[in-house]
Amino acid sequence: MADGMVRSLIMSDSMVTSTVTITGHGGDEIQAYLARPEGDRPRGGVVVIHHMPGYDRATKEIVRRFAELGYDAICPNLYWREAPGAAPDDAAAVARAQGGVPDERLVGDVGGAAAYLRALPTSNGKVGTIGYCSGGRQSVLAACNLDIDAAVDCYGAFVTGTPPEGAPMRRNLVDQLPNLRAPLLGLFGAEDQYPSQEQVAELRDILAANGKVFEEHTYPDAGHAFFSVDRPAYRVAAANDGWERITAFYGKYLG
Amino acid sequence: MCTYETVCICVEGSGKGPQSWLRLTQATVYFDHPVHAMAGHTLNIDLSDPSKGPSARIALELTADSARALVAAIQQALDAVPAELTRP
Repeated sequence: MADGMVRSLIMSDSMVTSTVTITGHGGDEIQAYLARPEGDRPRGGVVVIHHMPGYDRATKEIVRRFAELGYDAICPNLYWREAPGAAPDDAAAVARAQGGVPDERLVGDVGGAAAYLRALPTSNGKVGTIGYCSGGRQSVLAACNLDIDAAVDCYGAFVTGTPPEGAPMRRNLVDQLPNLRAPLLGLFGAEDQYPSQEQVAELRDILAANGKVFEEHTYPDAGHAFFSVDRPAYRVAAANDGWERITAFYGKYLG
Repeated sequence: MCTYETVCICVEGSGKGPQSWLRLTQATVYFDHPVHAMAGHTLNIDLSDPSKGPSARIALELTADSARALVAAIQQALDAVPAELTRP
């Protein structure tokens, strides 16, 4: 049997994607994008938290990539309440004008997404979170408040540090970090100012003082949003290495 | 980086999108990642009428230099107007 045929019997890139309704914060029904590998092999789940520009094409590509990696993956539409059915950029504009997503609501929505994944017949019971930019902070926030098995923070601003007056997220997570319930992987760019290297160091020190598992890497030639393939901030070397680290991290904690 | 600072004001006027004119009641101004402009960050302005739904919006994404030049141009144009024409 040819090697390629053997491989295809072991694993496949085939997946099924769909738009589903999940129960979020306060019992609200919200939209979510779901991608699942074909087959009934038991697997972990990943909740992808979209960035401030919204529930967009690039974020859905990330959801599909996690399905390709073998996970049931879901992204809740955090702006569904403000703008159901709207284009992602219009929904983001409405949510921003209304002050952004409150932390309590975010926790409820991610909790609903995690529960949805765990209820799937293929679930092995383990769920990770990942977020980019504002979603990076929200991934940490979720892991401080929910039973999550592994969390990834991609350059989330104001996990530490002081948010500006009037910011949608009105406070950092310093007081919540001692409650972190999951191993955390942090991926940062050395040229980023939010989070700055000082803010990353503060995060490192707080987690070490509290005995938390924290894997981190800072890329010297990257700034904010280096995973964004459709933006000038994209840095291929950092993004490729980052994906390898995410794959290994989830393989360790969600497998 | 994201500053997350958002300035929101009420406005009176109209704007034109691809389909039709729109009465404008709100302007939201912030500096963040653009959706379309080829820049890491831009000064973004959403001119909208929230009562007409999320798509009732005229969006601008300008580089910081362009935004400053626009502010100066607006100021220059307003400065040239006789005061009696701009009284409410």
